[in-house]
Amino acid sequence: MDWLTAWPWSPYAVGAGIGVLSWLTFLFSGHPLGCSTSFARTAGMIEKLFRGRKVEEKPFYREIPPVVDWQWMLVLGMVLGAFLSAQLSGDFRWQWIPPRWEAAFGDDRLTRIGVSVAGGVLLGFGSRWAGGCTSGHGISGTMQLALSSWVSACCFFIGGIATARLLF
Amino acid sequence: MDRKRQLVQGLLFGIVFGFLLQKGGVTRYDVIIGQLLLEDFTVVKVMLSAVLTGMIGVHVMKQLGWVRLSPKAGSWSENVIGGLIFGAGFALLGYCPGTIAGAIGNGFLDALAGGLTGILLGSGLFAALYPRLRDGILRAGYYGDVTLPGLFKVGDWAVIVPVGALLGLTLILLEGAGL
Repeated sequence: MDWLTAWPWSPYAVGAGIGVLSWLTFLFSGHPLGCSTSFARTAGMIEKLFRGRKVEEKPFYREIPPVVDWQWMLVLGMVLGAFLSAQLSGDFRWQWIPPRWEAAFGDDRLTRIGVSVAGGVLLGFGSRWAGGCTSGHGISGTMQLALSSWVSACCFFIGGIATARLLF
Repeated sequence: MDRKRQLVQGLLFGIVFGFLLQKGGVTRYDVIIGQLLLEDFTVVKVMLSAVLTGMIGVHVMKQLGWVRLSPKAGSWSENVIGGLIFGAGFALLGYCPGTIAGAIGNGFLDALAGGLTGILLGSGLFAALYPRLRDGILRAGYYGDVTLPGLFKVGDWAVIVPVGALLGLTLILLEGAGL
């Protein structure tokens, strides 16, 4: 059972595993792998805590109701699965600053958190604008040969590469 | 299918997905930034092998009538502008909405305290602006849920075979170049 504790696995094995996993999600649940919509649902749930049921009347939340669904549970499961793998691999650790960030920008936590929030805002906003993320468009959408997903996936990387070059 | 069974299935599939992402190393900021700086091609290797494997399987199952695919509708303005905004966030945060879930499970607190907060804020902001965007810019260049075979008016396999070959060739070239 050494393979369970080995880290990292070959990226090809991991990729093929995700490919097979997406066969199974289509076959058993009728859903493609995707993540970002769940964050929009969660944003709606939080807004509901403050503003009550009228949040459900907003045009966006009429289309994307703020409820727990299949994909929301998928994202929750991903946290657990990664935790399990990190524990088995001896790779779990509490870490505020990623090593590469620290080497380039120093170890100030507030700076890293501030930039992370800003990046997160763009990710949340951009994924809703594009209608998906690296999973929903980048993996599930491209394998279904959707034009929207191929265009989005290319733009994710164009935007990402350009921004990373400006930063580093 | 009843709701409870759907939710349990989602959780179980998610555990496998998160496990795989962590084993692949892509829950790490350093690996994702390494990809965007074109130094470490782990992310591309994982994604292209997933798309290659998935594409063949889901289309075989579609042909057998076992599954119904659900390609997303889109427009040039949605996918290009949204994609570029997403890309900028991807590089600033160093995680995406999927790998951030894995990063949180890995114990990475910049993902939990910073990234998650930001994604929720950004999603809420989009929801607030949605009525204006929907009837305005998001409609420009609408093409709907067209697929590449639909666009070129050919059968599915006339696209799957060349695209599959291209993905496979890219992986072989990356490996050959020592990346």
